[in-house]
Amino acid sequence: MTILGIDILSFLVVAPAVAAVIVLLLPRQKDAARWGALALSVVIGALCVVVFFAYDRTEAGYQMVSQVPWFTLIGASWHVGIDGISATMVLLTGILVPLAILISFEVDERVHMHMALLLFFETGLLGVFVALDMMIFFLFYELSLVPMYFIIDQWGGPNRKYASTKFFIYSVGGSLGMLLATQLIGWTAGTFDIPTLVNPAVVNSWVAFQGEGGAFLGIGIETVKALAFLGFFVAFCIKVPVWPFHTWLPDAHGEAPTAGSMLLAGVMLKLGAYGFLRLAIPLFPDVWVADVSILGVIQTNWAGIFAFLAMLSIVLGAFAAFAQNDIKRLVAYSSVNHMGFVAIGLAVAALAYGQNFMDATGEHLQSAIIATNGAVLQMFNHGLSSAAMFLLAGAIYHKTHTRDLREYGGFWVKAPIYGGIFIFTSMASLGLPGLNGFVSEFLVVRGAWPVFTGLTLVAMIGLLFTGGYILKGIRAVLHGPFNLKWRDTHLEIELREVVAIAPLLALMLITGVVPNWILPIINDSVTRLFGG
Amino acid sequence: MNLNDFLSDPNLLPWLIPVGPLLAFFIITLATNRAKLLPATSEEYGGHHPDYDGMLVPVVTTRSRALSITVGLVGIGIAWILSLVTVFNGLGVGAGKFGKTVFENSIAWMATGITSFNMGVLVDPLTVAMLVMVPLACAMIFIYSVGYMAHDPRQSRFFALIALFAGAMLTLVVADNVLLMFVGWEVMGLCSYMLIGFWFEKQSAYEAAIKAFITTRVADVIMLLGIAYLYAETGTLSFREILYNEEVLHHLATTPALLLGGLGLSASALIGIFLIIGTIGKSAQFPLHVWLPDAMEGPTPVSAMIHAAAMVSAGIYAIIRMYPLFEAGGHPHEGDLTSPLMLMALVGSFTAIFSATIAVAQNDVKRVLAYSTISQLGFMMAALGIGAYIAAAFHLITHAFFKALLFMASGAVIHGMEHGEHHAHEHGHAHGHAAHDAHDQTHHHEEHHTFDPQDMMNMGGLRKTMPVTFYTFLIGGLSLAGFPLLTAGFWSKDEILADAYLGLSKGFGPHALVFVLLALAAFLTAFYTMRQLGLTFMGEPRTPAAEHANLGRGIVSFTMTLPLIILAFLAIFAGFVGVPPQFPVFGAIFSPETNPFFEFVKYTLLPAMQPEKPPFNWLPVLTSFVVALGGLGLGYLVYWRKPLKAGQPDPLVSFLGPVHTVLKNKYYFDELYAAVFVKPLRWFSEVVVVGFLDRNIIDGFLHLMGRVATWIGELFKLLNTWLIDGVGDGIPELVAVFGAWFRRIQTGRVQQYLLLIAIAAILIALIFAASAGGALVQAAP
Repeated sequence: MTILGIDILSFLVVAPAVAAVIVLLLPRQKDAARWGALALSVVIGALCVVVFFAYDRTEAGYQMVSQVPWFTLIGASWHVGIDGISATMVLLTGILVPLAILISFEVDERVHMHMALLLFFETGLLGVFVALDMMIFFLFYELSLVPMYFIIDQWGGPNRKYASTKFFIYSVGGSLGMLLATQLIGWTAGTFDIPTLVNPAVVNSWVAFQGEGGAFLGIGIETVKALAFLGFFVAFCIKVPVWPFHTWLPDAHGEAPTAGSMLLAGVMLKLGAYGFLRLAIPLFPDVWVADVSILGVIQTNWAGIFAFLAMLSIVLGAFAAFAQNDIKRLVAYSSVNHMGFVAIGLAVAALAYGQNFMDATGEHLQSAIIATNGAVLQMFNHGLSSAAMFLLAGAIYHKTHTRDLREYGGFWVKAPIYGGIFIFTSMASLGLPGLNGFVSEFLVVRGAWPVFTGLTLVAMIGLLFTGGYILKGIRAVLHGPFNLKWRDTHLEIELREVVAIAPLLALMLITGVVPNWILPIINDSVTRLFGG
Repeated sequence: MNLNDFLSDPNLLPWLIPVGPLLAFFIITLATNRAKLLPATSEEYGGHHPDYDGMLVPVVTTRSRALSITVGLVGIGIAWILSLVTVFNGLGVGAGKFGKTVFENSIAWMATGITSFNMGVLVDPLTVAMLVMVPLACAMIFIYSVGYMAHDPRQSRFFALIALFAGAMLTLVVADNVLLMFVGWEVMGLCSYMLIGFWFEKQSAYEAAIKAFITTRVADVIMLLGIAYLYAETGTLSFREILYNEEVLHHLATTPALLLGGLGLSASALIGIFLIIGTIGKSAQFPLHVWLPDAMEGPTPVSAMIHAAAMVSAGIYAIIRMYPLFEAGGHPHEGDLTSPLMLMALVGSFTAIFSATIAVAQNDVKRVLAYSTISQLGFMMAALGIGAYIAAAFHLITHAFFKALLFMASGAVIHGMEHGEHHAHEHGHAHGHAAHDAHDQTHHHEEHHTFDPQDMMNMGGLRKTMPVTFYTFLIGGLSLAGFPLLTAGFWSKDEILADAYLGLSKGFGPHALVFVLLALAAFLTAFYTMRQLGLTFMGEPRTPAAEHANLGRGIVSFTMTLPLIILAFLAIFAGFVGVPPQFPVFGAIFSPETNPFFEFVKYTLLPAMQPEKPPFNWLPVLTSFVVALGGLGLGYLVYWRKPLKAGQPDPLVSFLGPVHTVLKNKYYFDELYAAVFVKPLRWFSEVVVVGFLDRNIIDGFLHLMGRVATWIGELFKLLNTWLIDGVGDGIPELVAVFGAWFRRIQTGRVQQYLLLIAIAAILIALIFAASAGGALVQAAP
């Protein structure tokens, strides 16, 4: 498939950036930028949908591939393509960006630039999801930071300077290790091509890399590998975010404007989880399962540590969300909680992948497939529900100019439609069976239980407290006698906001009732990843 | 496939059973729920709502009310008709055959590797029994709601939610696998949350709603683990594939559990315990019983829905449904109880007696019923624990009928009391409030909070003004008390005692415990029922409100009374489908050959697991007689023959002394949980997780890093200044010139920065493109 002579994936990556430039060149009227950006993003979104449905799940390998030499000197090439996992993420991005732009209609300052940054951000996101070359991957991974930094820094809440700086430095700090690790792998393997690198045979030779007499710059290869692994591990943990690398998130999400929060939570966090699946797990199978001794007391491996941190994310994320009195910070912490399920699913995947790489016993394979299906579906589902939650939080913030839950109360009296949508979305976020979140959480729990039994049991406390903070949110916003402070404030949801959230609500319900509209596409790729 | 295929094939028909109410939910929510804006002081916004200083609020329109009622009734009507068709299809297959063959259909629902998870429907004898009860009880509740909610400003929402509630319950009943059952289970949890908190402006209402949701969720997350475990162990969650399959059951019973496997716990036992914890939450068993009495905060039809037709019945149904799993590896009829069975026997029998004692000391008319529900569910749970599988199912169904009746009758009493209070008010018999605004008089506003229309101490003598309510309440009460021979409650309760006695006679400890505790609980049940009847209906009215209590005339009165009469009929006659054949006279009339209910339902299980009907024995029957009549008699003596006068204290208070205070305060469980769980967890999340871990430790570390970096920067700056100073004037001058030029770019405007970044990016891209192009040319031959 090509568009204007360019293959569709490359087009999809470049198009938002071009659209951003177009928006900047539009006439100075604010509405020109708004509608222009919306129209362009809808076209790009439609292309994403086309790509998703054009993807043939029955066919092995990457599809819609395009590869042209790019930086031949170091062995990097412009290599893009998708499998079922990236197709799902491309779809999510394509859906969320137009909705975020529609919500940004409420932005009134420097509209052109705001819209352009959102579109520019989309380039970064799509670039990561279709990249099949580690340099390209890294390039877009970093590129996505810049527009988001400016969106928070320029259009954010009262504490935006602190939040944006923390976000940027934290992320870039994480990426430093990743850049070194990328270089290291590229240098030792002679290529940055992901499909080549993750091929078990190549991984094996890379694992067995002896270089200059079994050492690299005088350091033992085992140490080098462990360091390279750590580079990826920390970078992706920051992005997901996994406890204790999460404190940038409540600040950034809390201070970002509504559209920024929607895309941050909706898509950007998935870059980290996607990175685990695409790079960290297949590149370091042996490191994940190598014995690690903590203080000589606890014998475990990196997969176990990862699962432990994931469990902490689930439990402590839920507790932290429960403790918030700021609606956006509450929703932000809920992301830590929900992404914890993604992380524990990935931990199962890492363990099973590593074990089978080492001795091909086939142990835990079925559990790992189910857990990974759940993790990827959870990425998609969390994208829907967290974006919708931020949309609703933003809608109420926009009208009342406060994020303090204690200032609200009884809004359901005056805003029945808003209330209904708020409860629906909250329930999706809570993982109510019949809605999307449940399917993925169930799959993750099912996959994790036989592998990390004790941790899964403890994680249930987090699942319980998900109920706690969700009901706290509903209670503070909707229940109780109406706070007469807002007697003359218009609180009901606006038509524009309904239009923006309606697709999300529909997808939540559909995915909850008929998950097989999307799951087989994920499942087939995941099954192949595990050699099924 | 078209609709006709679904209607004509009994295997496909069950798919359609929940569809009616579910569609009704969506239609009401999306289409017929229309509101107009009215001042909150207007009469139409009356009821349980503050008046908000006359702010405009949405109130459902008359047209919308009518449409929503119609949609709701049509929805449940369709479900009822389809259920009846399914019931007759099932009966048509014939007892003994139906069960070996069932109606089932499933589709691939979720991809899991090379396999797939199937979702489907199943109708077996147990489902048929439930399909007789659930849609009927739901339909009665719907009809009743028409009158009960006639003046509520959000009446459309109410109908949408009870339709969803009914739809979820029906989904649960026809589910062919644990996961779909769990979907219905949780959606009902949501509905009960929404409906308990329906009058969400009231603090007690939303707090009760949250309590209900969280308490049941404690159990649900454990149950979810059980489901995940079962799925991991067997690779399926289909009821038939697991429970009607001896190989799978044997495998589960012989595999050691993932946790505590070393102690000899088998996989099936651990899964069973997890699933039973789910039921302990849903069916409000000790120690998770605390939510159910507070659930009274919802409108009364909701209480009937939760206590009878759906919610709590779902918990017991789930256990009955998955019974072979709990039984796997044990033989309850030979005294060999597995750990899950033992857990049920202990929890059930303890809960039965525990909450019966609380019920004795409650004055709220609905709260007494709430504790009686907990107690009766304990009966079923205990019955299941000792293997009385069919007796539990039987009691589940008769209980649903008489408890729905009792709740709706108590709702009529409350409605009548509110009506009477309003009437008394208008005629100046008010108590304490002399002055009233015009809008105040039009409705039972919250200014009246000093008057509690649910307090039985405010009632008395209602039999005269509300005779239909009295007689139906009486029938329901007698059925609950197990009044011998005539009531449904007697037959089902008797069967549980008969089963327990059989075990007792063989010398099995758990059976003996269950028999004794349940007999005592049955005695207390009869006593507090009589107390309730006496306090509410006998003697003279103790307040002006009671004196004027009535339902009025017209649609409200009619729609609220009709379901009472129908259910009263069932509360008597539903028991006659399960009379033991050897029972004198009654056996000959109703069960000439075999016990019809028993014979029909037992084929739900594998032939090897089907229980034996306990032989007829006079001792348990006599026990049933004695406890029921004894309790009723004692209640009669205390509360009926000498009814309480206004201002007279309950004779129990002085008789029981401090024990009464403990009972009245429900053994202080609410206070205990608040002190042990709620407050510490709040402290933990606010102070430890956010305050200490996130803010002090993690962010503290980050800020320290930031500060160190700044110090290093300052150090370099210092170094620089010194160096530059030292190198002389030439270079600084150059720097100054360059700086001046550079300052023009450094305007501090983001747009300009970005433009520069964009230009740079494009330049770099062009360079790359050129080099790539060159490479392409080189690559080309």
